[in-house]
Order: sequence, then C-alpha cells, then structure tokens
Amino acid sequence: MQRIGVFVCHCGSNIAATVDVKRVVECARLEPGVVFAEDYQYMCSEAGQTKIADAIKREGLTGVVVCSCSPRMHEATFRKCAEGAGLNPYMLEIANIREQCSWIHKDMETATEKAVVLMRAAVAKVNLNVPLKSGESRVTKRALVIGGGIAGIQTALDIAEAGYEVDIVEKTPSIGGRMAQLDKTFPTLDCSACILTPKMVEAAAHEKIRIFTYSEVEKVTGFVGDFTVDIRKKARSVDIDKCTGCGVCQEKCPSKTAKSEFNRGLSKRSAIYTPFAQAVPNVPVIDREHCIKFKTGKCGVCSKVCPAGAIDYEMRDEIITEKYGAIVAATGFDMISLDKYDEYAYKKSPDVITSLELERIMNAAGPTGGHLERLSDGKPPKNIVFIQCVGSRCADKRGKSYCSKICCMYTAKHAMLIRDKYPDTNVTVFYIDVRTPGKNFDEFYRRAVEEYHVNYIKGQVGKVLPQPDGTLLVQGADIIDGRQVLINADMVVLAAAIEPDPTARKLATMLTASIDTNGFLTEAHPKLRPVESPTAGIFLSGVCQGPKDIPETVSQAGAAAVKVIGLLSKDKLLTNPCTAKADELMCNGCSACANVCPYGAISYEDREVRGIGVREVRRVAVVNGALCQGCGACTVACPSGAMDLFGFSNRQITAEVDAICR
Amino acid sequence: MKYSYFPGCTLKNKASSLDRYARECAPLLGFELCELPEWQCCGGVYPLGRDETATKLSSVRTLAAARSEGRDLVTLCSACHHVIKRVNDDMKNVEEIRTSANNYLSLDEPYLGETNVLHYLEVLRDVVGFDNVKKQVKNPLTGKKIGAYYGCLLLRPSGVMAFDDPEDPTILEDFIRAIGAEPVIYPYRNECCGGYVSLKDRELSRGMADKVEASASGFGAEMLITACPLCLYNLKKSKAALPVYYFTELLAEALGVAKDS
Repeated sequence: MQRIGVFVCHCGSNIAATVDVKRVVECARLEPGVVFAEDYQYMCSEAGQTKIADAIKREGLTGVVVCSCSPRMHEATFRKCAEGAGLNPYMLEIANIREQCSWIHKDMETATEKAVVLMRAAVAKVNLNVPLKSGESRVTKRALVIGGGIAGIQTALDIAEAGYEVDIVEKTPSIGGRMAQLDKTFPTLDCSACILTPKMVEAAAHEKIRIFTYSEVEKVTGFVGDFTVDIRKKARSVDIDKCTGCGVCQEKCPSKTAKSEFNRGLSKRSAIYTPFAQAVPNVPVIDREHCIKFKTGKCGVCSKVCPAGAIDYEMRDEIITEKYGAIVAATGFDMISLDKYDEYAYKKSPDVITSLELERIMNAAGPTGGHLERLSDGKPPKNIVFIQCVGSRCADKRGKSYCSKICCMYTAKHAMLIRDKYPDTNVTVFYIDVRTPGKNFDEFYRRAVEEYHVNYIKGQVGKVLPQPDGTLLVQGADIIDGRQVLINADMVVLAAAIEPDPTARKLATMLTASIDTNGFLTEAHPKLRPVESPTAGIFLSGVCQGPKDIPETVSQAGAAAVKVIGLLSKDKLLTNPCTAKADELMCNGCSACANVCPYGAISYEDREVRGIGVREVRRVAVVNGALCQGCGACTVACPSGAMDLFGFSNRQITAEVDAICR
Repeated sequence: MKYSYFPGCTLKNKASSLDRYARECAPLLGFELCELPEWQCCGGVYPLGRDETATKLSSVRTLAAARSEGRDLVTLCSACHHVIKRVNDDMKNVEEIRTSANNYLSLDEPYLGETNVLHYLEVLRDVVGFDNVKKQVKNPLTGKKIGAYYGCLLLRPSGVMAFDDPEDPTILEDFIRAIGAEPVIYPYRNECCGGYVSLKDRELSRGMADKVEASASGFGAEMLITACPLCLYNLKKSKAALPVYYFTELLAEALGVAKDS
C-alpha cells in the first residue's frame, strides 16, 4: 500500500473562491492510501514546496497528489520538488482543480464536489504508480534552420556565433526572403537592402554556416537532440562551385517571358536567373519550365556563353541526409490571394495593386526603376488611395480574423514617402483603426498625418469602380462624419492580409509541430514559451508563428537561437520514461499499433514467447523507447490490450475512471 | 423536363413580358413551366426580423405546393426569387422558424425545405447550358452591346442565394454571349438601383439609377437587360434613358418567338 500525501492549493482566490479547499482536504483524508493532507495559499511558492518536501520526509510518503493548476503549468515544478525530497518524480500526480474546475464553474457546492472527484481520481492513480527512470539520449551539435529570410538568417548567425554549426535550407534560389523585396523600413526609413545584404553576406561567409538554397526539407525523423533530415537540393542546372556570377548567361538568355517572382510578377525575367542583383549565392538557376533548351531541346545559349563552363543541363535533384540536434522553423509569410475581393477591382484594373507590389514599384531595382507610375499607362498618379485591412480583421470566411499587424505602419511609410517625393500627389488612407504599438511607431504615424498631410479617413471602402476614362472611383464610408465618400483616384493600393507561407503546413506535419486554425505554427506557451513549439527540439522564428514586423522578428530570431544554443550545449538529454511497451504474451502482431504511431516508433520482431502453457516463436510489436513520445495512440488501437504506457497504464486509467464514477 | 413555376404578382400585370417570353421560350429549350395553381404573394420583401414568421408563410405555401407536385420550383422576378430562396433556406436550416412556420400552417406533412428553388437563368446555365441556348438561336443579336444589370437581390446574401460570385458575376454576360450579342462589363452592374426608396424619395433613387446608366453607357452599352421588375422601373426613370429590357425579351427575339421587341 502506498503512503500518499495530498496537497491542496488555494492559488490565492483562483481556486479557493470557488472550491472549498478545506473540504477537499477532509475528503482526501478518507481516501485509501492517503496518510496526510493539507492546504496552502500558494503551493508553487517556495514555502509551499517546502511543505511538500518536509511532508515527504516526515511522513515517509511514497506518493503525492497536488490539487492545483494544470500539469502543463507546474507538473515539472512539483516533480522536481519531490525528487529533491528523495521521491521518484513519477510518483507525483497533479489533480487540475483550477483550469478544469474553479475557473469554469461558478457554484461553490458543485465545484467543490468536482474538485473532490478529481482529487480521488489522482489518488487512485498514484496508488498504482510505479517509480520510473529516465533514459539518456545524445545531442547532435548542429542546428537546422528552415527558411532563409531575415528570421532564419538572424537565428543562424546567432547560433553560429555561439560556436555551433548551422545549416539554412531555403526553397528559392537566394536567401533574403520578404525583407529583400522591401524598399524602405519603418520607422527609420532606412533602406531595407542596405541593412539586410550585409547579414546575407555574413551568413554566407560564416565558417559555421552552410546554406542550401533552391532546396527543400523532404523528410524529418528522430527526436529532440537527434533528428535525421532529408533535404532535396533541386537541380539548379548550374554548378555552384564553378559559377563566378558574371551574369552573361542571364543577359544572353533568349527566353525572357517568365514573370519575376521577386518583382511580384510586375516584370519579366530570363529563364536562367538570379532573383535579384544582391542574391546570395550569386549563382543563377535554370527555370526548366521556361527554358527553351528544356522545352525543345534546342538552344544551349547559356552553356555556350558561360566562361566558367558551369551550366549543367544533366543535373538532377539530389537528396542529402543530415543529422541535427535542433530544428528552427522560419518559413515566413506571403500575402493572401485577392481572388475573393473583386469589389476592389484588383483583377480588373492594373492600377489597383498590393502594398508589396508598390514596394517593388518604389524600389530603384524594381519594374519601374523606382518611379512611381501607373502600370496601365506609365503616368504618375495624382490621387492615391490606400485601403487597409483587406482581408485582415475580417468577420466573414473570405479573409482572416486576425490583425496582420504590419500594415498600419507600412501604409504610413508608403504614404509619407510618396508625399515626400511627389508633393503634388494627394494621398488618402482608409482605415478601421490605426494600430502603432512599437517604439517610435506612433510618432511615425503622426508625422504622416501632421507633417505630410496624409488624409486619413476612418471607415472602409465598399467598392472600387473603374471608370471609362481609366480612373478609379473609390466609394467608401467616413464613419466619423457619417457620410459616403467618393474619391476619384488614379491608383489604389491594397494592404492585403498576410498569411503563413503555404510550406508551413506541410512542414508542421513533418515536424509533428502543431499549427493553429490560421496555419501559424503554435508556440508551447503564448506568454512563457513563445519561441518553442510544443514538440521538443522544434523552435519558431519570425512570421511562421504569427504576424510580426522586422524588429520583432529579429528579437524572436535571437530568442529562438538562445533556446537552440541551450539545447546544443548539453551533451545528453533525459528521455521521457512514459513510453509504450507491448506485453509479448498478449500481442498477436496485428500491426494496428504501428499503423497509428505518428512517430514510427513501433516495429515487429519474431521473438520466443514464454508463458504458462505457451512457448512459441511469433511476431510481436517492439517499441523504440527513444522514438516513442508517449502519446498513447497505440494503447487505444491495440485490440488485445497488449500495448501499455508507462505512467498512464490501462490499469491506472481504469482506476481513475472508477474513482470518478464511484 | 417540367418545372413548377411561380410567376409572382408583377409578372401578371406590369412585367407581363418577363413572364410571357419566358414561357414561350421554354419549350424551344427543352423544358416546360407549369404554373402553380392558386399561388399567393411571395411575401414581397424578405423580413429581417428573426421572430417574423407570418410574412414568410406565403412563401412556405408556395414551396410546399411545389413539393407536393414533386418538381423543382422556377422563379423569374428577382424579388420573388430572393424571398422564396431565403425562406426555403430558413426552413431547411433555422430550427425556430421551421418549427413556428409549421405550427402555423399545420400542413399534412411538415415542410422542411425539400424543394429545390431555381431562377430561370440558373435553368438556362445549369440545366439547358448556354451552349445549347446558342444552338437554338435563330436571330443572333450580333453587334449589340448589352450591359447586364444584376441589381442586388439575385446575388446577395451570396451564401444563401448561391447564384453567382456577388462581386464578379458572369451568368448574364454568358447569357448575352449565348444570344450572339456582346456583353459590356461596367462596375455598377451589381450596385443598387434605388429599390423601394423610389416610393419615398424619388430623387435619391433616380440619382442611383442615373449612376448605373451613366457607367454602363460610358463603357459603351447600348441597352441594359435585367431580371427584376423594380430595377427596370427605376432604370427607366433615369435621365440617361438607355433602353432597358427584361432578359427574356431578348431571349425571345433571338430564338425567333417574338417579332415585335
């Protein structure tokens, strides 16, 4: 029989205001195996933990139940405390009487009753607990960063500076990401390329950093400290070691019909191309869909003109396999498709553009050489209307429920830059709210209004009506004046919502990392663990976790790097002992468990099985304890009840249910 | 193919050409409209009050009558289509309305939204197919530049009406192409004509209709077509005075059943 102590936490008034903690203590004393019970204001405080440790020693406790908050919050805290007092940490269980009881109920009588029941279930479980011991696993001292935008570059640089090796995998031909496409950055208006390209070059030159561009992660197996990753290096058709980046091939390439991805489709590029002049690496790729040689077999101009003999039409995709201790997702974002927003005439008029397209138009290396002009007729616009929240903060299914966070600031930036460079241009901004929480952000917005006289109208635009003369009639609401506004514009700029890059979803499946309903990767705790995924060893950097601007992205990138460094600095990791195991006598080798295992931890072996009246060789399930994450899917799937989970055994769970139903 | 047909009050007097040509064209296109016996008003306007049941009952009677005939129900007037389609959706999906309407009506069998409601244009598009309409055309309206005027009632709320993309509809343009003419796309084709405001504030609604016509003629339209008697009424009152027709009138002309339009 166990000697169990029950500790009931008030959590200030969080629990005690709704649950009669004294009665929980009284009831606990009546439970089988319970030899000691008490309550305290804050169990997680130092004084509270001392109470638990003292009681373990004084009463000779063999098991502990703490009735408090969610185990996600403090299970680790209390288990560490128990271990300090000489108890096996897995002999301690939490009864969650806060999130699952006091916070969601109002009536004290019923809440107390429920708290007692939850306590009983935990006691019933501890009665069947056995001491468990963690194993050890090794740590591969190298990190993988997926995505080569500013988030990935910064994370990689910070990890490399600490002395660890890092690989960056980037799907496009160059690192740089969205930031490379921007003209100026808020709130200081410094040139985006001028602050980004030195970092790109630094990353490329760093002895601890390897960069795989035009590459994608294909497969991830393993677990924290010991991931094995297959990376597909797409066929570049150009030998990266021979190419000198002279650019002759791009000049001479006769196929110049492909739309430049970097310029958001506003200009054309050759079939052999680097996305932009400062690309890293400065080695082109052949876009085989547009290459005449690949389409017809005739051409080969690039190969003829290449002074380095770097062109290789025979090159094939190559898959390399690497080992990593930690993985950082930094997959970034894209703007939403505006297909569902026909009211803004984006598809109908070339003079209705997105903010990112404007960014390219404003850029000296962009499709118009940095001159602000209408894409329909090349004339400078005299009246520009900006529409904010296109698809952000959207109540219907077309858009996103969230605020994209960066649009208020970049719209103020665009408005100000245009008013500065083209003072005779009228600029109007339609907004729902102007949100500028950031250092020097509100001052920046106020400058747009007060110094640059940008006309801000609170209200939304219902429709953009292209007129027969080529202008755009913007029909909106001014909700402060309570009137309809009609503006004859010659250019309309849409601040389209941002969404996670489409690769994030696929990657999340590979990493068994969770994503939210909007496709953003989920952090382990929204406040306390913002750069870690709930899956051990997976870290988050940049917009893949949620909308954020450059300063915030860089901060988060550094934070993710620190977490990675902390992990890589360890030689060994303790493994979770709560893993599954098959009872060979009961297992019939049916494969039901292996079919549901998300971690590929179950295999089959022919083993000699010995039991009462049984001695035979048969196929049975074997769990790899290092791969098993203890999710329990196999224990439920097993038709013969052979699969069991340490720490959550079938008997323990049945005992909990019995205690609840008693 | 036989359909139950609900003409609605306006089609029996002011908008008789919308009704007449629709019926005359149907057999040439392989279907037949069977007018429901003793039909009543559609309700006129869809009531927005969630607890408003009485004004929905006449639509429910129509829907239940079509069900008892075992056919899909076809409508023509945009307002009737709008009201009947939305009431049908309520009967299918809104528990409170379904219960109270059935309690009022005490039908032999409660009506649960079983009837499929189609607009005449949807029959042309989805059942006949505009390609087949084109094959039946005897007098193509070649060279005519026609602006389609949708108004609001057929398109919105788009989730319930499921008629076409509310911001970029194509059904009337496809119809115009099928009868050999050239559609003119202009941004006001799905804006409001003024609706019932014309009863209260004629100037205001006239201003709205003027914008529609000015925009259409600005983009080169020589005439407008619509499926809605109220839109037609308002558009005809505007100062631009573009000719405005029901789409069925042009269909009849193209198919050769009408010689006077």
